[in-house]
Amino acid sequence: MMNACPEKVIRMMDDYLDGEISPSEEKELKESLENCSDCRKIYQELTKTIAFVQSASHVQAPPDFVQKTMAGLPKESQRVGIKRFMRHHPLMIAAALFVLLMSAAMMSSFSDDQQFSFTKQENLVVEGQTVVVPEGQTVVGDLTIRNGDLRVDGELEGDVTIVNGQYMASSGVINGEIEEIDQAFEWLWYTIKGTFQDAVSFFGGNDQSIDE
Amino acid sequence: MDALVNKRIKRVMKGDQDAFAEIVELYQHQLFQICYRMLGNRHEAEDIAQEAFTRAYVNIHTFDQNRKFSTWLYRIATNLCIDRIRKKKPDYHLDAEVKGTEGLNMYSKIANDEELPEEELMRMEVQERVQYEISRLPDKYRAAIVLKYIEELPLAEISEILDLPLGTVKTRIHRGREALRKQLSNL
Repeated sequence: MMNACPEKVIRMMDDYLDGEISPSEEKELKESLENCSDCRKIYQELTKTIAFVQSASHVQAPPDFVQKTMAGLPKESQRVGIKRFMRHHPLMIAAALFVLLMSAAMMSSFSDDQQFSFTKQENLVVEGQTVVVPEGQTVVGDLTIRNGDLRVDGELEGDVTIVNGQYMASSGVINGEIEEIDQAFEWLWYTIKGTFQDAVSFFGGNDQSIDE
Repeated sequence: MDALVNKRIKRVMKGDQDAFAEIVELYQHQLFQICYRMLGNRHEAEDIAQEAFTRAYVNIHTFDQNRKFSTWLYRIATNLCIDRIRKKKPDYHLDAEVKGTEGLNMYSKIANDEELPEEELMRMEVQERVQYEISRLPDKYRAAIVLKYIEELPLAEISEILDLPLGTVKTRIHRGREALRKQLSNL
């Protein structure tokens, strides 16, 4: 139905327009076009059509296209990223998980003790959040104060540990060591050190009992 | 160019969204153009082009970096366009007609159903008319014609984008070209 022109000429035309014609066929096509006005008409219409389609002005994406596209990206792709990361680095995830759980446990023991507390010893006086050794009095024994300060106007015979508080300069006397722990990190370190020392003294105690 | 794009893709794979923004920047106009010529409507073209980028982003890990990124991206876009066209109007007879030589006749009949009156066609600007005639082509021919004559891609690349043998791509271009010739003969 295409037209009266030989199919071969049409095929050669297509090859020519695709840029895939052999030199000998190109020559043959040219001759056909010279000899057949119908073939020529089709050829001219085809090239005109291609020119029209190619001349279709190049449209541009709207100015906010990039921004809109980026805003439309799904958020769960981040989860995909984490999953992929976990697949590729299982050991790292295990290590991270361990550290996370460890520190979470220690942090919680730290933040559980946010309330003001102190070791009860005789003769101690409390003024608000401050533990006071009154003037002229002597307190015997170690003292641990959490989330509060210490003022010594009298005399203290023992070691002092202050967590999240401070030892305020005062006129009294302390016969022992003073340790101030202010930060979560130090609290952690203190806990670890304590655990370690406990373990050492446990084994040490065992050794002694064996020796005896 | 390809090395530059691949570098960005590696960053996107590591979760760098900024690198993807650069890719969108780079391909936005070409992708929009393909969608616009396929769909004949700016609003839909924007919609589908965005969808294509989103799919590329979500599925970036399935992209084979030994291949050309634009081919992969255009393939996503043309598939989305063809889906959209088919959803809009079911083109029932078209599958049967692809193989036969009488094909053009068949779909011209369908196209005739929605043809605009002659005087309205005459009032159209050339550009508008060309777009109108492209949008009357069956989606299969339309994709091939747009990629060949508007994007000016080599046949081998078109065959990869459309996932069709080279011979089929040629046939579609020939038929599309012939259909357009007839549709535009009065211009």
